[in-house]
Amino acid sequence: MNVLEVDQLEVTFFHGKEGNKVVKDVSFAMKEGEIVGIVGESGSGKTQTSLAIMQLLNETAAITGGTIRFCGNEISSYTEKKMQEIRGKEIGMIFQEPMTALNPVHRIGQQIEESLKLHTNLSKLERKKRAMEVMKLVELPNPEIIYHQYPHQLSGGMRQRIMIASALIMEPKLLIADEPTTALDVTIQAQILALLKKINQEKKLSILFISHDLGVIHKLCHRVVVMKSGKKMEEGDVEEVFHFPKEDYTKELLQAIPTRRMSFRKRRKEGMQ
Amino acid sequence: MRQKQKNQLVIGMGIALFLFLLFLLSIFYTPFDPDMMNAKEKLVAPSFQHIFGTDQFGRDICSRVLKGLGTTFIIALSTVSIGAIVGVVLGAVTGYFGGWMDEICMRINDVIIAFPNILLVLIFISVLGVGQNNMILALSIVFIPSFSRMTRSEFLTHRDMDYVKSARLMGVSHFRILFVHILPNTVPTILSMLAIGFNNAILAEAGMSYLGLGVQPPTPSLGRMLAESQIYLATAPWIAIFPGMAIVLLALSFSMISEGLSKGGRS
Repeated sequence: MNVLEVDQLEVTFFHGKEGNKVVKDVSFAMKEGEIVGIVGESGSGKTQTSLAIMQLLNETAAITGGTIRFCGNEISSYTEKKMQEIRGKEIGMIFQEPMTALNPVHRIGQQIEESLKLHTNLSKLERKKRAMEVMKLVELPNPEIIYHQYPHQLSGGMRQRIMIASALIMEPKLLIADEPTTALDVTIQAQILALLKKINQEKKLSILFISHDLGVIHKLCHRVVVMKSGKKMEEGDVEEVFHFPKEDYTKELLQAIPTRRMSFRKRRKEGMQ
Repeated sequence: MRQKQKNQLVIGMGIALFLFLLFLLSIFYTPFDPDMMNAKEKLVAPSFQHIFGTDQFGRDICSRVLKGLGTTFIIALSTVSIGAIVGVVLGAVTGYFGGWMDEICMRINDVIIAFPNILLVLIFISVLGVGQNNMILALSIVFIPSFSRMTRSEFLTHRDMDYVKSARLMGVSHFRILFVHILPNTVPTILSMLAIGFNNAILAEAGMSYLGLGVQPPTPSLGRMLAESQIYLATAPWIAIFPGMAIVLLALSFSMISEGLSKGGRS
């Protein structure tokens, strides 16, 4: 069964009476346990697509067409109250900036447990036990200590792990990751990707991974959707799209990846010319 | 700079605590009955028996200053609490949600701010009538705009932050976001606003009672004692000096606390 089906989605930003379509006729589907990447340049509508799924679009934007189905239910017509139950419980989401995504005045444990507090009736002790479990799942060292710390005491990579932990504590079926590794340095990036892959395999978690980094998409995803200025350009198996791209735009994108084949000396020479 | 601010905070808190203890003491014990008149000992200069002297009715000034301190304290406390609670809730809601409600509330705020405070309080009191409770009500209405404006601007900056977004992603309701997630982040601002507000409330109470619009005799209040002492200023200055000093100390302690709490002093 498909976890997520986006069908002819259209998102419009309104400026007074004028509308500006930022997502046009985008359709794709995700199977259970699948990692789907959405790739595209800045402003291609990838983030707006993910926000539309969560119904967290900006006040000036709205879904103006199409449907979003989650596990067979049409969530695009849900009310705010119904969505509050879906968010965090059924669909988790993590952001690009782990530095600002945690509340500076709350302890880590409290933030990880927030979803449990809202969606379950577990006691304080049970919540803590569950928090420890997910902290171990995301491979945080010394969870007992971190549990009582504040966000400013942790590094960027650790904070992103905490974000993942708090997104996963309710065991959602779908995780939307909006450029989760962009703000991190390369080694931490690799660790986080490996972690996401591991969780995907262990928990059969579907991940919608949004990125502009083709290398990251290639490493992690099973399938990929290429977007440009609000439209879907191409969709397919990662290996297929990367080795036999059909669209010109995809080819251009692939050519833009810096490769290791060009030696440092040669690159420097070219740069000097 | 930071050390200096820290010192200010400590000294301010020290004075405030001392005065608060005096106020607690005055509930159970004063050297004399503050309202007891004594025709034989009118206008007595400070002595061992009456350490602050006596006034034109022979009442012990030390006892009256202690009691007056309590009156002023209670009035300032209730004024600031009402003003702060209403102001913070109003500012939080308008700043977070925005929209037409925000426009209406802020325009009403502008109207209140446009009038000088004293004038506004006078208008309210002339409508509501003279008395301690009416003065508290009038002063708190005047205090609401400053609290709501500051809180509103804080909530405006916080509502678009990522941690609020991620709270919404977890399915947190608006109400919980407002008061559990954002409010603790604005505590530093609200605290220093409270201290400034307390300071203003003390001065406003003294001013209102001085004008005879606040606390009614025979209840002692620092402002009222100052007003009554005017005609004896040349012959018996102690009637004015001691209540005046109490007002200065109270105001000083809270302005020092607010200075120490202001953002520059925090790391």
